[in-house]
Amino acid sequence: MYTVADLKKGLKITLDGDPYLVIAFDFTKPGKGQALYRTKMRNMINGTILDRTYRSGETFEPASLEDRKMQYLYREDDHFVFMDNQNYEQYRMGSEAVGDSANYLIDNLPVDVLLFRDKAIGVDLPNFVNLKVIETLPWVKGDTSGSDSKPATVETGYVLRVPPFIEEGETIVIDTRTGEYSTRVKG
Amino acid sequence: MSANWTLARRRPALEARARIIQAARQHFIQEGFLEVETPLRIPAPAPESHIDAIPSDGWFLHTSPELCMKRLLAAGYERIFQFCHCWRASERGNRHLPEFTMLEWYRANADYDDLMTDCENLLTAVAAACGDRSATIMVQGKEVRLDLPWQRLTVREAFARFSGVTMEEALAADRFDEVMVEAIEPMLGIGQPTFLCDYPAERGALARLKPDDPSVAERFELYIGGIELANGFSELTDAREQAQRFEQEERYRRSQGRTPYPEASKFLEELPAMPPSAGIALGVDRLVMVLIGAKSIDEVVAFTPEEL
Repeated sequence: MYTVADLKKGLKITLDGDPYLVIAFDFTKPGKGQALYRTKMRNMINGTILDRTYRSGETFEPASLEDRKMQYLYREDDHFVFMDNQNYEQYRMGSEAVGDSANYLIDNLPVDVLLFRDKAIGVDLPNFVNLKVIETLPWVKGDTSGSDSKPATVETGYVLRVPPFIEEGETIVIDTRTGEYSTRVKG
Repeated sequence: MSANWTLARRRPALEARARIIQAARQHFIQEGFLEVETPLRIPAPAPESHIDAIPSDGWFLHTSPELCMKRLLAAGYERIFQFCHCWRASERGNRHLPEFTMLEWYRANADYDDLMTDCENLLTAVAAACGDRSATIMVQGKEVRLDLPWQRLTVREAFARFSGVTMEEALAADRFDEVMVEAIEPMLGIGQPTFLCDYPAERGALARLKPDDPSVAERFELYIGGIELANGFSELTDAREQAQRFEQEERYRRSQGRTPYPEASKFLEELPAMPPSAGIALGVDRLVMVLIGAKSIDEVVAFTPEEL
């Protein structure tokens, strides 16, 4: 059982029997009023978006999903293919269900695939993934401000802001929860 | 190489924040206000149904400097302002930090109308200090012009205009806050700032009721781009009524299992000496957010609690 204090982006709960993924969440309090928890959720079966406002004290059932350790194999047109580490069974998932996670999927990445009635409907990534920078502007030496940033493209095609000292060919660590640069991989 | 890149990247926001605070301070000094400091740790916060103070060694970290500021008013300090940190338990979101910066100011012999004028003058002065000559700011992708006449809308009008229910219906159905958050707030302060005025009487524990309509309190909130920036009101000066309202709020708090507060007895003793006054609290972090177009309060402070 979850309470409103557990609500956060990425939480999966059951609503009217269906699994829902929390895609946006905010705590709010209208002038001197009570605490409210505004939640945007996506139905993990049919993709419907739902807005709900909760009060303190409300509770939720976790989504009844099966978590399987798999690895990402390859992309086939509009589908992503994963393989179960235990029985080598392959599962296909549409790009809509994969969502932004596609930004971090490189071959053989270990992930948790979520099954609902034996159908792959979502993917849980490690919090941090290492990706190689394939395109970025060179570092202008002498820029010591340290506060600037520049765009960089990583091997999955994902573009993000990185510090100016990051060079092409370097591997960086990305926080998959925020999509932001975290640190560089030394060596 | 920068050790904490996220922190280093906040420099433009932190520089704007410093300019905004300095400009606001300068504005109040020019208006003849006295800058004061009151203790952050106090024995008895004002009981309010939905605000919780954080206990601190038998006392509490204040949720606002309100009671001490009013004791100053009662002692004859007629125009005072204060910048200070305030703490509110369990408040964390895109626009909330459990420790945040407040700007409060009070005027003796004034009412909430005067405070609305103060807000217009303050924000115009501060926006100019931000280098914004056009007086146009972008909040969450929407344009807000500070040089247009600021909108004054009563809560009752706002319910009629933006929601399918009346204010009274929403209160009766215990849906006031939900309707406010879902239907009304996003529509406020778009195009120009909005003062949302005259809250239901029970929503202003320390505010004076409107003489010609005692179902509402002389209380307003300032909204810019859907963001609530400040809460001001004509102060309640009737000590007996204030004591009753405190008791009522405290009873509710205790029924909800919250940490009990002692009675704010010195404040209540001195309240009869307070002249008719008006006071307002403005969230400094949110003011910075609005003026620089930040999407989250995290962008305008050096450290969030999670980063400590």
